[in-house]
Amino acid sequence: MSQSPTILSPPADKAAATLTTTVIEARLGWRPIDFGELWHFRDLLFFLALRDIKVRYKQTALGAAWAIIQPVMSMIVFSIFFGKLANLQSKSEIPYPLLTFCALLPWQLFSSAFTQSSNSLIGSQNLITKVYFPRLIIPLSSVISSLVDFAVAFGVLVVLMLWYGVAPHMGILLLPVFVLLALVSALAIGLWLSALNVQYRDVRYTIPFITQLWLFITPVAYPSSIVPEKWRLLYALNPMAGVVEGFRWALLGTSTAPGPMLAVSTVVTVVLLIGGLFYFRRMEKSFADLV
Amino acid sequence: MSDIAIQVEGLSKLYHIGKRQTYKTARESLTNVLTAPARWLKNLGRPQQDDPATDLWALKDISFEVKRGEVVGIIGRNGAGKSTLLKVLSRITEPTAGRIRIHGRVGSLLEVGTGFHPELTGRENIFLNGAILGMHRPEIAVKFDEIVAFSEIDKFIDTPVKYYSSGMYMRLAFAVAAHLEPEILVVDEVLAVGDAEFQKKCLGKMKDVAVSGRTVLFVSHNMSAIQTLCNSAILLHAGQLDTAGDLPSVITKYLARGNVGRDISLAERNDRTGSQRARCVQAVIISEKLQRAANTVATSEAFRIEMTIEAKQPIRDAFAAVGIDSSDGVRLLTLFGQFTHNPLQLHSGMNKVVCHVQGLPLRPGLYRINTFVGDHHESYDHIVNAIEMEIIDEPYYKSGRFPTREQGPLVIEHHWATIS
Repeated sequence: MSQSPTILSPPADKAAATLTTTVIEARLGWRPIDFGELWHFRDLLFFLALRDIKVRYKQTALGAAWAIIQPVMSMIVFSIFFGKLANLQSKSEIPYPLLTFCALLPWQLFSSAFTQSSNSLIGSQNLITKVYFPRLIIPLSSVISSLVDFAVAFGVLVVLMLWYGVAPHMGILLLPVFVLLALVSALAIGLWLSALNVQYRDVRYTIPFITQLWLFITPVAYPSSIVPEKWRLLYALNPMAGVVEGFRWALLGTSTAPGPMLAVSTVVTVVLLIGGLFYFRRMEKSFADLV
Repeated sequence: MSDIAIQVEGLSKLYHIGKRQTYKTARESLTNVLTAPARWLKNLGRPQQDDPATDLWALKDISFEVKRGEVVGIIGRNGAGKSTLLKVLSRITEPTAGRIRIHGRVGSLLEVGTGFHPELTGRENIFLNGAILGMHRPEIAVKFDEIVAFSEIDKFIDTPVKYYSSGMYMRLAFAVAAHLEPEILVVDEVLAVGDAEFQKKCLGKMKDVAVSGRTVLFVSHNMSAIQTLCNSAILLHAGQLDTAGDLPSVITKYLARGNVGRDISLAERNDRTGSQRARCVQAVIISEKLQRAANTVATSEAFRIEMTIEAKQPIRDAFAAVGIDSSDGVRLLTLFGQFTHNPLQLHSGMNKVVCHVQGLPLRPGLYRINTFVGDHHESYDHIVNAIEMEIIDEPYYKSGRFPTREQGPLVIEHHWATIS
């Protein structure tokens, strides 16, 4: 072979001493999460999320306005049917549209994050079958990318609050915690469903249905105060119940902090997340063969 | 510190191929639909069930070592397990048994342009693709200019890649991949893309990698590329390691394996029909380019079929024929001396006859060759499925693509354009 001048730098000799050794073998059963590896692929997480964000409204006439149109339309419809016709307005001194919009924000964040992460693995077939990286990156990046729509819609909320003259109080400092909780619940559900989706495409058809039912058991169109007191903790098994009430409390200062509900919701979220992570890790090795 | 880069021990990979159950009655299929959720629940979290009828060992008990700085070609027929081996080595899929130890960072190129998004610009795709291949942001930023220069698309770097020509797209994709600098590089047939000039450039780049002292594993059907790049090779056959070692001996073995599945010679075959006044005792297909008894040719590449015919007495005006069937037994064409009016004069004893073929416009794959000797009135000797020939996937169209099975068996020159 000719010794043509190379434009690649030869591997440094010192590298020989520091070569990493990888062992590939069949591993059975449950396995822990490799946080070091996830950290190593942090750039990939960033670029995949960035890709989702950049691509989302490409070739749409209205572009990012969609992030506003969806919650605003829902708010209008809810205000007419629930606020006026079902007279839910009388339950609260805060204007119903604001009450609903404030709940629609975390709800839309959650529903789009979990829908996208649930479909993320089967949508990344070409990556999964051609390149190795921790598969967790895929659902994780779709959850993160849904934050952008949330940020856009949040601007509308600020305008609405100014319009109705509702000033936030100190609770707003806890808002990032509720956002995080919404994202984590979405990720937890997304991990389960995306891994299941690889093997059973049935999941894809159940997602819109799940989203619809979930909306009804979440206090978006109504305040959770219409749920009888004794059922409220059971109601909080839905992680989004705590998050939505937390949002209302943090931004609008509705009565008291929803402490017990939040505690239940957080515990449920953490349990779902840990279970989801392990289930995902267990199924991960078969993704490339099944997807 | 040993100088071993990759150590593979007893590697096996089992695939469970989905089976399609057949149902006799509507009631049974209805029952099946209704019980599906129950079966689903039963199998939850148990993705693999053992069922010998649907099991396929894509790799079976493979062991080999690759030294640091070695450039190893992995060769074998379609379905021999090459791609599975690369997938296991690049950690895309897990082995069923066995173990691999890899010393050093592995970069795998099973495809160029993995993760390219049509809506993103060239610049954005470089960063995305680089990250997918395991590069860090600063690393990509440093090499960015070099990548753009190599791909020759600098003017369009901020244009979404969906507006790129396929050539530009491939160049950009390869440029990113070529600037990956792992200690161990695993490459699958990426050279089979793009136009001839670009392929030359890719091959040159691969050569640079090879001489720079990196360990490279390279899968290809393209023997000339293997010969240019590699210094040793591994031959896989039906999921097992056939031969590993220095390049010439492995390639010889690969070419000799051309006659797969039929280890007995034609002379000893009993499954023949005809009067046996003359019989075909040997048939080989020789590529005009390689000049070797290979039974392996590329699409539309000129070759000749040499038959050795043993006659009991001199025969005037005999005809030979060769029928070419697809691997599922459909006759595709017949090369018959009566069509072309080429009578053969056979003397008693061994006769060598040859049929020159300009090339077969067939998609890559295995084909069956049937031989026939006879005259206008009589069949002397007819062997069904006498030998197999392989049409290998050396690029025919500039795109490097071939029709799929569903798109039909024929590959011919054509050209599309708009009429203004």
